[in-house]
Amino acid sequence: MQPPPAWWFAVVPAVFLGFFFAWPLVTVLARGLSSAGLDVLGSAPTWRVVWFTLLQAVLSTVATLVVALPAAYALHRLAVPGRRLLLALLTVPFVLPTVVVGTAFRALLPEGWTGTLGAIVLAHVFFNIAVVVRVVGGLWAHLDRRYEAAASTLGSRPWRVLRTVTWPLLRPAVLASAALVFLFTFTSFGVVLVLGGPTTTTIEVEIYRRTVQLFDLPGAATLAVLQLVSVLLVLVVAGRLQRRLAVRQRLARADVAPAPPRSAVDRAAAAWTVVLSVLVALPMLALLHDSLRVGERWGLDWWSALLQDGPSTRDVPLWEPLRTSLSYAVVATLIAVVVGGLAACAIAYARRGGPVLDAASMLPLGTSAVTLGFGLLVTFAVRPVDLRGSWIIVPIGQALVAVPLVVRTVLPVLRAIDPRLREVAATLGSSPSRAWRTVDLPVLGRALGVSAGLAAAVSLGEFGATSFLARSDAPTLPIQIGRLLSRPGEAGVGMAAALSVVLVGVTALVVLLAERLRRPGQAEL
Amino acid sequence: MAAAAAASALVLAACGSGAGTSPSSTSASSTPSAVPSTFAPTTVRLLTHDSFALTESLLDDFEARTGITVEVVTGGDAGELVNKAALTAGNPEGDVLFGVDSTLLSRALQSGVFDPYESPAASGVPSELKTATQEAVTPVDYGDVCINVDDAWFAEKGIAKPATLDDLVKPEYRDLLVVENAATSSPGLAFLLATVATYGEDGYQDYWSKLRANGVKVVNGWTEAYEGEYTVGGKGSRPLVVSYASSPPAEIVYASDPKPAKPYSSVMESSCYRQVEYAGVLAGTEQPEAARAVVDWLLSPAVQADVPLSMFVFPAVKGTPLPDVFATWAATPASPLVLDPAEIDAKRSQWVDAWDQVTLR
Repeated sequence: MQPPPAWWFAVVPAVFLGFFFAWPLVTVLARGLSSAGLDVLGSAPTWRVVWFTLLQAVLSTVATLVVALPAAYALHRLAVPGRRLLLALLTVPFVLPTVVVGTAFRALLPEGWTGTLGAIVLAHVFFNIAVVVRVVGGLWAHLDRRYEAAASTLGSRPWRVLRTVTWPLLRPAVLASAALVFLFTFTSFGVVLVLGGPTTTTIEVEIYRRTVQLFDLPGAATLAVLQLVSVLLVLVVAGRLQRRLAVRQRLARADVAPAPPRSAVDRAAAAWTVVLSVLVALPMLALLHDSLRVGERWGLDWWSALLQDGPSTRDVPLWEPLRTSLSYAVVATLIAVVVGGLAACAIAYARRGGPVLDAASMLPLGTSAVTLGFGLLVTFAVRPVDLRGSWIIVPIGQALVAVPLVVRTVLPVLRAIDPRLREVAATLGSSPSRAWRTVDLPVLGRALGVSAGLAAAVSLGEFGATSFLARSDAPTLPIQIGRLLSRPGEAGVGMAAALSVVLVGVTALVVLLAERLRRPGQAEL
Repeated sequence: MAAAAAASALVLAACGSGAGTSPSSTSASSTPSAVPSTFAPTTVRLLTHDSFALTESLLDDFEARTGITVEVVTGGDAGELVNKAALTAGNPEGDVLFGVDSTLLSRALQSGVFDPYESPAASGVPSELKTATQEAVTPVDYGDVCINVDDAWFAEKGIAKPATLDDLVKPEYRDLLVVENAATSSPGLAFLLATVATYGEDGYQDYWSKLRANGVKVVNGWTEAYEGEYTVGGKGSRPLVVSYASSPPAEIVYASDPKPAKPYSSVMESSCYRQVEYAGVLAGTEQPEAARAVVDWLLSPAVQADVPLSMFVFPAVKGTPLPDVFATWAATPASPLVLDPAEIDAKRSQWVDAWDQVTLR
């Protein structure tokens, strides 16, 4: 018995991605691509950039996995005190605007570190811990413990249980999160611009430079295609591996109650999670410090300045960007969850073409934000679809970034559903759609809850893709922070720090809320 | 508190300008006869960069007087602004564009971004700001990119402050200068152009290799340089930074209370490179008349008097009264460095690539 046909789920994502992603991208690339652009591929500096991009992405991915996997375990399986709070704390960096983190990192890094490979990798780890903890942890929390218990009972030591039972079950999620981190870091823009030096440059920064500074559209288009092809390659390989490793398993219907740490491994994981949380909190504490430091004294000057509406168009009182950011986040989350959720279903149920859909849904992450932004600009410039200057273009752009995350969060869970459950439902007389509703939907709902939190958080912190789409309404929080930072004098830095603290708080709140929303009414299987 | 102080300064500046009676600006105070003074209520979209700011009441006054609502549309820096305009030339996102500067002007003109219009009020603008406009755009303000010097640092170490670009390659100024990447930053590019203007096309590369040998630090943007590496503010370790001639007054306006009596930084005037910002009517607008009225308004005495404390630039119209903090502390170099926009456009990538090779590889 099959769930509803895959194409039924694919329609909405295909239309959305085709209209707002593929069409603009093809339009702008077609405009830029020419033989003149191919010169870029012949120059040594280009290949230096490509090499550095690859190197830092690989190092960042490996480092993030090493650092975050123990935390994913501890936070989803162990009764660590303050579990929810620690989880929210580790999620927040993921959504901080790069310009804010760059400044905070700069203050914390030892002299001489800025501009180095080490600084970039460190910042990438800081940003992406959340991806691994959430994607892997999401599955880990639902692993049926009886497999592990059985292995233990049969005499396996904890390490052996981990290697032979847990790891094979977990591998698809680990791979999925690794692919995500790789994509994020391979196409990294803000972190590299702020923390990297002029010689430590990624392809994405080079595309920006060629487009905006040199007006070299052909060169930029060539690099954008190069980046897209590399990303596609990685996606295809990762997708293959992931399907080969996927294990059908019966998932626990709700989080299994976390157990107190027992073994030495458990205690080490718990301790490491606490240490990691402290390390991650440091840059945020630095922001708090900066927001309260007024000259040589302490004070609330920057906070009260943030609340005032002055006479200039430049004076934007706190609630305006807050309102803008929150309303964009609501719209972007809705779009991302609907499109991403449907896409994940289509991919999971497709008998063929699934891998293609899978890769396609991830492509927005691998696309140069600058290229896409210009694409939206030239594509939607003709009536009746002149969306330029319309507010909706911003949440749409943010949703494009969030959709792949939703897909990645939902897909491993859907793939892990044992088809025999549906068969049982069918045998008992359920129609295919009823079987789907009773078997898949509850699991799906839970995964969507998690992904909604991520999507909202992405929208709140998004700075790159939409920062140069023209708007006449109030700036979002990250954009306002960027503007404050570009003012000379103490007020800019102080107010930017205060506003960053607000952004951190709002994000943490949203993430915590999403966690709560998905809890009630979820019975054990 | 700082914002409140800045706010009251702005109000004072705006009021002051209303009472100002400089001869060159009176002709521009009423809308020139070339365009009608009132319109059926309409909205003009003003495309500009993220640094744009004006006192809000000016927009309200203009609307009350003319029936034109100015909708300010921002998104990105000046480079992104001009690029977007060039890509959509003839089918623009708005009606008026403000914020194309002299390093980007040629690009915009060549792409046919503008419907040529020079405001009659531009008669009050000194001619040196109008070279290269081809009467297609109108200068609104200007500002200089200059090296800023941490006065206290040099006083404390007992080292004389550097006075010329030549000084910067001397051993006593080793490891003291931080500049922005000319490939990714507007002030970074301006400082590169300053060295081209000073040492010529044959000499600037040699100068940069000496700067490099003397320990110049290159970071990607102004924020990283000024907030991260510069000694003023206490976080950085370099007392010389490429910033703006108006950074010293900004230090006072944006300082915490109690305000310092004088700025922490001074400006090395021989390093100043001049950037002019222009406004123009976008080709393809459906309401050219109203768009022209907005360009005229940008040159009106009230707006001109407002730009110093709103955007930390100098008004283009000669004789516009300056707010005290600006008049006292902003640097006004007598002969700033300039290059022809057409030459910049032709050679920009060549210069930047060569700079990249010499300075970074």
